[in-house]
Amino acid sequence: MKKDIILAGVGGQGILSIATIIGYAVVKTDLYLKQAEAHGMSQRGGAVESHLRISDKEIHSDLVPHGRSDMIISLEPMESLRYFPYLKHDGWLITNITPFVNIPNYPEMEHLLKEIKGHKNSIAIDSDAIAKEIGSPRSMNMVMLGASAPFLEIPFEMLEDGIRAVFGRKGEDIVQKNLDALNRGRDFTEKHINK
Amino acid sequence: MDKLLLLGDEALAQGALDAGLSGAYGYPGTPSTEIFEYVQHSKEAAQRNVHRTWSANEKTAMEEALGMSYTGKRALVTMKHVGLNVAADPFVNSGITGANGGLVVAVADDPSMHSSQNEQDSRHYGRFALVPVFEPSNQQEAYNMTFDAFALSEKYETPVIMRLVTRLSHSRAGIVRTDQLKENEIKLPENPNQFVLLPAFARTNYINLIEKQKLLEKESENSKYNEYHDGKDKSLGIIACGLGYNYVKENHVEAECEYPILKICQYPLPRKLIQKIVDECDEILVVEDGMPVVEEWLRGYLDNCLKIKGRMDGTLPRWGELDPAKLRTALGLEPHPIKEIPDIVKGRPPELCKGCPHRDSYTALNEAMKEYGPGHVFGDIGCYTLGFLPPFNAINSCVDMGASISMAVGAADSGLFPSIAVIGDSTFGHSGMTPLLDAVNSKANIVAFILDNSIVAMTGMQDSAVTGRVEDICLGIGVDKEHLRVINPLKSHHEENVKIIKDEINYNGVSVIIPRRPCIHIAAKLRKQK
Repeated sequence: MKKDIILAGVGGQGILSIATIIGYAVVKTDLYLKQAEAHGMSQRGGAVESHLRISDKEIHSDLVPHGRSDMIISLEPMESLRYFPYLKHDGWLITNITPFVNIPNYPEMEHLLKEIKGHKNSIAIDSDAIAKEIGSPRSMNMVMLGASAPFLEIPFEMLEDGIRAVFGRKGEDIVQKNLDALNRGRDFTEKHINK
Repeated sequence: MDKLLLLGDEALAQGALDAGLSGAYGYPGTPSTEIFEYVQHSKEAAQRNVHRTWSANEKTAMEEALGMSYTGKRALVTMKHVGLNVAADPFVNSGITGANGGLVVAVADDPSMHSSQNEQDSRHYGRFALVPVFEPSNQQEAYNMTFDAFALSEKYETPVIMRLVTRLSHSRAGIVRTDQLKENEIKLPENPNQFVLLPAFARTNYINLIEKQKLLEKESENSKYNEYHDGKDKSLGIIACGLGYNYVKENHVEAECEYPILKICQYPLPRKLIQKIVDECDEILVVEDGMPVVEEWLRGYLDNCLKIKGRMDGTLPRWGELDPAKLRTALGLEPHPIKEIPDIVKGRPPELCKGCPHRDSYTALNEAMKEYGPGHVFGDIGCYTLGFLPPFNAINSCVDMGASISMAVGAADSGLFPSIAVIGDSTFGHSGMTPLLDAVNSKANIVAFILDNSIVAMTGMQDSAVTGRVEDICLGIGVDKEHLRVINPLKSHHEENVKIIKDEINYNGVSVIIPRRPCIHIAAKLRKQK
């Protein structure tokens, strides 16, 4: 088993929580994991990425090699495209389609969607909208984690356990909303790939 | 045993705690900050009462750690690579005094300058000060090596550098803890002259330090971290240092590497192992994350002894962080097919947060400066450096901690008017007080802004050493009370703030303006405390 994942987004959107929950799940198994993330200046509203590698064999590089990523999980549509050079030809591009516009020259949405859908394997999901529906806009990142769950080869219950561990101290209500978000994301992808 | 999921920084910190640490000292700086924070938030460190308060800057941190080592206890000092420049005076001299209790200097380098002004390589400092260096290639090594670093430090009475790089500092992996050592008791140095660097003793100590190098070299030759892996094809030998080793291995996942590889993670260089690979192989490829340090040593000035490939001949890029793809090219392997980034993807640089007090400070400053044109504002190191970017375009320099005030003084001496400095509260505490003293003493015509957001924001909300005391410090330094102005950087105070700034620009002498409003990331917390 080997999964090389790029997590992408804008500083503050919550890619590190996704990484933390996957990390929490994996560290309880015999799998190896490396997860490289960005800190410091790059966090302030700029493009951020995290490289997540899971394998049943020893992992050498902390960085995913170019052209070898099995999936990109992106919290923002333009950011999902920034990491194309990492993605395998048949890797999955799983992205939120609500744009985060904080630059003057942000591209047209239809152009972005065309690029996203032009990739062989893609899941384009409005996770902001889903998170709002369940009354927890900040759980958008957990919708995205759910949407990528069918490709992760990690038991779904372990991701749920990860959410309980990471959000536990914030109270049962927050835990439940994030579990809902996770489930809604997974349902979306399952429907999409079974179509 | 359960694995802990830790950043390289955190693994080092856990290693230090388990190796019997009595005190951590440091100043925040990406990518080193999490080493210290891990100790700070550790329950175990609290129970043992391990020292864990941030220092004012890296120099004081280094000296405080040296003081703890003097007493026989184990001390850790943490900083980013450019922080070691600030601490260079005590660091280099600590090589000459040597250590008593174990002294580990954990320095995180930043190849590619993700969050830094340069990509200097701390291994240079190790050689400069004749101090051994450990360079872990993964998180478990960062943990294990810290034990060995303390042991080596006490065995040879020398400080030891633990050199990390961004990619290890900020990458997590599962690590397994080993035994835990007890802290040392106080035991002053056996030789009462050890820490007295009067020239007579300094000479003796320096001679000892030079003599010690042979023993340290032997330690490197026998180190489990410096491994020779044989290979059938001797047309090339690979010397891979620290993380460079991982990138070589990454390109040989399916099949063993056919070339001999010498992995180096402990310095001074293991002479015998280097000799072996050089004798056996026709050519040598040197792979190191950071500057071509080992490559340069091997080439020598005339570069006419060996066939060497690396960063200096273009086999690998001359600068910047390594990655698996760069190694693939260097090893002559077929590159993996790559999908290009679509043209519609635009750059998204970092920016000041919405609601950040610095936004209002820069808006007011820009308006007050409109009549003078660009080129008058000296910046410093912190979130407010982002004021360089649009829409503010407010600062004209960013060099090193504290340089805003000193450069403004120099420019004012030269006749530049107005000459403005913009510095944050913590950076002021780190290195801004002494240049302000210069400004007062020379009656320089400057306006120094001390942006007080009550926290070290850029590195992730560490305590600032001067919170609540900025005015007192300025008055103590000799700033005139009439020209020490505190303003509230809010839109609603804009007109008033612009007027105060204009007034102080027109005052011929040292003015200090303190725009004070907490960083939005701590504002809610501070409100609760009240």
